[in-house]
Amino acid sequence: MSDFEYPDDLKYTTDHEWMKVDGNVVRVGITAFAQEALGDIVYVTLPDQDAQVESGTTCGEVESTKSVSDVYAPVTGAVTKRNEALDTTPELVNSDPYGEGWMFEVTVPDATALTGLLSAAEYQSQLD
Amino acid sequence: MALGARLTDFAGWNMPLKYTSELAEHQAVRTTVGLFDLSHMGEIRVSGPQAGAALDHALVGRLSAIKPGRAKYSLLCDANGGILDDLVTYKIADDEFLVIANASNTGVVLAALTDRVLDFDATVTDETGQTALIAAQGPASQAVIQSLADDQDARDAVAALRYYACMPARIAGLDVLLARTGYTGEDGFEVYVAADDAVRLWNALYPATEAAGGRAAGLACRDTLRLEAGMPLYGNELSLETDPYAARLGRVVQLDKTFVGQEALALAAQDQPARLLTGLTGEGRRAARAGNVVLNSAGEPVGVITSGALSPTLGRPIALAYVDRDEAVEAASLQVDVRGTLLPFTVSPYPFYKRS
Repeated sequence: MSDFEYPDDLKYTTDHEWMKVDGNVVRVGITAFAQEALGDIVYVTLPDQDAQVESGTTCGEVESTKSVSDVYAPVTGAVTKRNEALDTTPELVNSDPYGEGWMFEVTVPDATALTGLLSAAEYQSQLD
Repeated sequence: MALGARLTDFAGWNMPLKYTSELAEHQAVRTTVGLFDLSHMGEIRVSGPQAGAALDHALVGRLSAIKPGRAKYSLLCDANGGILDDLVTYKIADDEFLVIANASNTGVVLAALTDRVLDFDATVTDETGQTALIAAQGPASQAVIQSLADDQDARDAVAALRYYACMPARIAGLDVLLARTGYTGEDGFEVYVAADDAVRLWNALYPATEAAGGRAAGLACRDTLRLEAGMPLYGNELSLETDPYAARLGRVVQLDKTFVGQEALALAAQDQPARLLTGLTGEGRRAARAGNVVLNSAGEPVGVITSGALSPTLGRPIALAYVDRDEAVEAASLQVDVRGTLLPFTVSPYPFYKRS
């Protein structure tokens, strides 16, 4: 399972989510490891547009053929964009987890204040 | 792990949940062939002059009545009529049967059979550890098995083997019990082989499966396949708390003989069950899951989901549920509480999928 990629320009959580920080906007998805572990994804529930989400709390669900897993908000802020394509093509999370399989974007008050996030190397080392 | 298998701990066995994509594996079984390692299943041999009579006493069906070389689906019930396991039994000869138990129930089945044959001239032997089971399931499964038979006569015998029948055979040069049975709703074969020969058998069947356009398949797709085929899973649809009539399995209970649980089941047969195992189909992509509550149109709880998935073949949610008899009416509109969201479901006959 070590042949997955974990891009260096992303941040990670121990809940197997990735974040791409761009100014005050944080784009969120799940890692290649997570999509493989879940299996074929058949349904994704995302937080509503403009919803306020709080770091560490459930804000969505990923369903595979066998299981349902919670999606946690990795940061606190307002949901300013959601990946509507996942409503009809949730398998994008499997095929392109860091690209077209992104889930939602949260606008945070101060991105420099984000703490507790893992680098790609740190995330990979805790997978082993 | 050479095939990229994702393993899961299942009843103490380290089993392949999936090899690549469970949807692709599911599709392979429906269109070509999928190859399953099912060595976790329990194999219990019952032999002796009174083996048939002993099983007639132990199980709800009359195993003595089937012909050698045939298989029968039956239930092991306790004295209250609760279901201890559902199992397929092969009649190898008049004095020899092979009982296949669910992995998680093998110990219970072994103990019950051992106890129930005491008054008969029969012996019970657990062969689970010495026996492997590899299943080839799907429309191309016959061609796969035939490609590993010794000669034309053997290939003809494979083709002539009927559904729910078994025979001793040589496959890939190995002595096996070849059965035309399965748990997928497709034509298929289950191959029982000595555990020492299991790797050699797999290594012969796997290339033949690939050559037929199929692939290795894991337990995850086995669950969606059996659910589409409307087959109950012990622990989900069947338990000590469910009786065969609620599970719509009354047809396998033969009350005109004595067996453990007969008195309780004879009483149960006189009443309509309060709840019935019921098929439900939904819309969209979101599946109901085991434990979700079923509600009627007035919002009153009327049942509970036992299995649910997005059907890979139908592209819509399917589920089995125990539903109050008055509400379990075909085409009735119900709702399921899927983690706080009420989704519409329709009572539908199952199997949800039948092979053409």
